Amino acid sequence: MSAAPELIVKGLKATVDGKEILKGVNLEVKGGEIHAIMGPNGTGKSTLASVLMGHPRYEVTDGSVTLDGEDVLNMEVDERARAGLFLAMQYPAEVSGVTNSDFLRSAVNARRGEGNEISLMKFIREMDNKMELLEMDEKFATRYLNEGFSGGEKKRNEILQMMMLKPRIAILDEIDSGLDIDALKVVSKGVNSLLGPEMGVILITHYQRLLNYIKPDYVHVFIQGKIVKSGGPELAERLEAEGYDWVKEELGVEDETVGQKA
Amino acid sequence: MSMDTQMLFDKKIVIEVSGKNGEADWMLQNRLDALKLAAQLPLPRLQKTNISKWNFTKFEPFAEEVPIMSPDELPADLREFVFVEDKRNLLVQKNASVIYCNLDQSLSEQGVIFTDLGTASQKHESLLRKYFMTDGVRIDEHRLTAIHAAFQSGGVFLYVPGNVQVKIPLEGLFWLSGKGAAMFPHILIVAEAGSRLDFVANFVACRDDLGAINNSVMEVFVGAQADVRISTVNNLNSEAVDVVYRRALVDRNGHLEWNIADLSDGRIVSNNTSHLQGESSNVDVREFALGTGDMKANVTSSVYHLERHTKSNINARSVMKDQASGIINSITKIEKGASKSDGQQSGKVLMLNPEARGDVNPILLIDENDVMAGHAASVGKVDPLQLYYLMSRGIHRSEAEKLIIHGFLDAIISKIPSNALCERIHHIIERKFKS
Repeated sequence: MSAAPELIVKGLKATVDGKEILKGVNLEVKGGEIHAIMGPNGTGKSTLASVLMGHPRYEVTDGSVTLDGEDVLNMEVDERARAGLFLAMQYPAEVSGVTNSDFLRSAVNARRGEGNEISLMKFIREMDNKMELLEMDEKFATRYLNEGFSGGEKKRNEILQMMMLKPRIAILDEIDSGLDIDALKVVSKGVNSLLGPEMGVILITHYQRLLNYIKPDYVHVFIQGKIVKSGGPELAERLEAEGYDWVKEELGVEDETVGQKA
Repeated sequence: MSMDTQMLFDKKIVIEVSGKNGEADWMLQNRLDALKLAAQLPLPRLQKTNISKWNFTKFEPFAEEVPIMSPDELPADLREFVFVEDKRNLLVQKNASVIYCNLDQSLSEQGVIFTDLGTASQKHESLLRKYFMTDGVRIDEHRLTAIHAAFQSGGVFLYVPGNVQVKIPLEGLFWLSGKGAAMFPHILIVAEAGSRLDFVANFVACRDDLGAINNSVMEVFVGAQADVRISTVNNLNSEAVDVVYRRALVDRNGHLEWNIADLSDGRIVSNNTSHLQGESSNVDVREFALGTGDMKANVTSSVYHLERHTKSNINARSVMKDQASGIINSITKIEKGASKSDGQQSGKVLMLNPEARGDVNPILLIDENDVMAGHAASVGKVDPLQLYYLMSRGIHRSEAEKLIIHGFLDAIISKIPSNALCERIHHIIERKFKS
């Protein structure tokens, strides 16, 4: 594994049920960088996140994705994760009967590999520390995975997993949606605690609000299934102040969602 | 076919079994009557399972087994079914013989009886005559109950007097051992009014043993306000035909729980029937079956609501792998007059291969207007979104499937009243998915 991670997405196209959602995405993310992908609803941002992780519903039709030079698209979902890819999901699945801590320990051990399993004591200590930082009640360790969790609890749980798994590239899909300001601060604290040259971040959001707490280096505007404009943090501020109309105008686009004619 | 049975069973065998059990004469007469019936009666009719070719009659003659001084002498495979904390209240039966029986002294001082059936027929004749195959399972229900009554041996008589609270579980371990071996334990449990008890029955064989038949009957009498929990774990080898008929009668305000784990590898007839015959009595039935290889199981749970304000809940789950086939029938019958009763069912099947077969048949039969009843049933594969989620954290597909399966069954396993036994069950599941 190289010291600084590098994710390269080139001309990525993908369909769901035969309908093209991603229409040629180009993106490069290196360790230490935070990329915000912003755009209105329905433009394919979350699809990009799911396709990178390997969600079974989507089919890649063209393009390439590499992580540290390795072909990601050829990997199974679990291989992608062990290579260092992590997706904090907007709608994580609920798994009845599997406790949060059993699940997390399986995940941590899968990442560490056979013969290098974490000791139970060390695992518990680490999980306790991280749950404390995320202000999660210790009961969450023994509750069934995401079952009956509120929206905010699910988000914290996603960040807890990220903190335990220490990915090389973390994709956070609308981690801010449905969070009040206090919860948003806590979640951001969790993300920020991991930042460093060892990890690159892709933040998917449609609100600038999140970017007050997690400062992006790059901002990309996502419309009609691809990145149409890139810039620095100032781009996010302009989007917050003026909305997306000026971008659409520049592009000559009326409807920003995928599947519409330009 | 009746000829076949008559030829197979010599009266002498029955007389011999009776003698070895050291039982009263009336028991022998029972057996001889049953033997005649075994030749005349048909096999039970099971929904969606044809059992006409299964072996219920061919087995090796009973041998005398050597008693043990301590459960520590059992082979390792079996010892794991003895939960350490409760060694004091344990009966071990090997094939036809009880080889170990111990009851905590403080319990016997409170009048609790825990012994084999032969001894009980001598020492507690009136109790046994009252309860043994009378109002619970009848000898003449079908060929399997008749065969059982003719050959029943060893077994358990557990009696808890009124208002006695037994806090720790009692356990019966029934060990099927040796090629062509058979066992016919009869478990009779009487919980008098206001008493409380937990009983765990494990029907087990060592791995790769070649035992042929387990034909067991459990009868449970739950007195008024009594609180009874019965857990059974069957883990017999793939050669074996594994039959357990469980029957319970629950009196006024009585509470009963069944926790049933069917993990045997061969042919399974697992039946549990509860009669809620006292007002406000209730029963919780939790059961699961796990099939691998070419296991075939018919699991039927029935509840009869006979009185007002009775309540039942049947929660059945099964996981079928390879070419295994599991038929889950749940029957809730609410009789006329059992008003304000509530009968609920849930049945879920997970199939792991295209060749595996799983069926859920929820049946509600309601003859009374003023009741609540409902059922939920699902048959399907492992949820691809759950799988995706677990794998997205780096967990291998096989491990992720295993987690989901353990989780699926946990709703039932977690209710078994011994952590050691729960762990044991999780180990069995794990082993089955490795092979």
